[in-house]
Amino acid sequence: MSKGLPLWGRFGGGFMFLINYIKTVFSTVKSMLVGMRRTGYYFTHHKEIITEEYPDNRETMHLPERFKGEVVMPHDEKNEHRCTGCTACELACPNGTIKVVTKFDITPEGKKKKAIDKLVYHLELCTMCNLCIVACPSDAIKMAQTFEHSVFDRSQLTKVLNNPGSKIMDGVE
Amino acid sequence: MYRETTIVADENQNLAAKEAGDFIINVGPQHPATHGVLHLVITLNGETIKKVEPHLGFIHRSIEKMCESLTYRQFIYVTSRMDYLSSHINNHACALCVEKGMQVEIPGRAKVIRILMDELTRIASHELWLGAMAMDLGAFTPFFHTFRERELINDIMEETCGARLTMNYIVPGGVMQDIHPNFQKKVKDFVKQFTSKIGEMDEIVTGNTIFQNRMKGVGILSKEDAVSFGCTGPAARGSGVSCDTRKIFPYEGYEKLQFDEILENGCDSFARYMIRIREMQQSIRIIEQLIDNIPEGDFQAKTKAVIKLPKGEFYQRVETARGQFGVFIVSEGGTTPYRIKFRSPGFSNLSALDHMARGSKLGDLVAMMGTLDLVIPDIDR
Repeated sequence: MSKGLPLWGRFGGGFMFLINYIKTVFSTVKSMLVGMRRTGYYFTHHKEIITEEYPDNRETMHLPERFKGEVVMPHDEKNEHRCTGCTACELACPNGTIKVVTKFDITPEGKKKKAIDKLVYHLELCTMCNLCIVACPSDAIKMAQTFEHSVFDRSQLTKVLNNPGSKIMDGVE
Repeated sequence: MYRETTIVADENQNLAAKEAGDFIINVGPQHPATHGVLHLVITLNGETIKKVEPHLGFIHRSIEKMCESLTYRQFIYVTSRMDYLSSHINNHACALCVEKGMQVEIPGRAKVIRILMDELTRIASHELWLGAMAMDLGAFTPFFHTFRERELINDIMEETCGARLTMNYIVPGGVMQDIHPNFQKKVKDFVKQFTSKIGEMDEIVTGNTIFQNRMKGVGILSKEDAVSFGCTGPAARGSGVSCDTRKIFPYEGYEKLQFDEILENGCDSFARYMIRIREMQQSIRIIEQLIDNIPEGDFQAKTKAVIKLPKGEFYQRVETARGQFGVFIVSEGGTTPYRIKFRSPGFSNLSALDHMARGSKLGDLVAMMGTLDLVIPDIDR
């Protein structure tokens, strides 16, 4: 043991270890207190709310108009739609979600005219990719702002989009 | 869970697995720390990891095969389901690859909207990763803080794209719809809130000594190993490998933008953590440059209703939130691709996990997996 060494050197580093240990404890406690201060800030400031509730307010809630919930076919007050039965949506769909069943109407002039009998829509297969809406040349279908599609039986998800007894709007070709 | 196993790759590893005192433990396929259906068979000696064997295939949906029966417009929506946290960027890669074959010049407005959406998605993905990462290590509060900012991005996406996670917004030729009138205002609000609140994460997570001790020196992946395992993205940049596709192979006008490629030389979990924190700030920088400079014009180029690619092979790579994502299309000249191959970043990054984990303790495995940012549907496809 040399005389030149300072006091802590004579303990063979044990003293330094103790100092480092205490330093680490203090820095750890300090870093945790910094984090706890932020948590405490939000604990005492209830107005800066972080969590959001599930949207149970169905009547007053507002979803964006582009929200893709399900495909619907709008009808006007005379029960008329804009679908010509061109099957563009059926071809555009990647999953086979839409099936267009066509029939031939007889116009007053005695000509045959193609029209839809049923536009069958399988919601259980739909991925809301919006391709059918983009493909439709006459804007006959659109996306509705609905959610929560769960039902008890799978057959309830197969829908016919056109209303019974509906016919095509005048002037839509 | 204990089980006797003979699942081994080669003879030497077989001997290692049969040594006395070895213990085999299954993490997953249903485990909260794996963030999906990833099955890890871990050989332990005491508490030290001898080997990690990922078993894949629990969420395999044969996306590449599915794409062969879909047209060039239809197959893009499937790629949102691969890396669902950077769905915009996946769609972007597919759209770029199809456009490469079609020889179509897309309008400037569409380009800028695409970059904005990409960077917003990148921030949202990193925010989710940050919350989930901290939650894996036992800190629950950061999850709420990061999701508060991520919720704003989701609201922006909901308003413009119509969906919150799987958007299918980027189509060949441009984007599907024009941006919502509120888009610019909302993004500016988000940038304001993000820059004022990102410091909170330093207080809660980054500066915490317990968190640092669990991250520093854990999961060492050297620069050479990162290259040889094919790691990309933040996992490789944490080891000092310069691999940002936006810088090396610029696409869509990234070469005109001012941003830095973030590199760290720590090679450990903490370096990978810091990469993502600093990358979010670079994404904010890109958004700030573009949000006031969206050019006027069309949002979609005029394309034919049925897209046909000429006979040949097309490849396009982009930088997702996890690394390099590549799309390879082989066309026979028809309306559907002959073969599609996706190069997903998660698969290559996962292959480095075994190398990183050997010799470390079981408790550190969660930190390593967290910093690799694995998305299991991206790995399995």
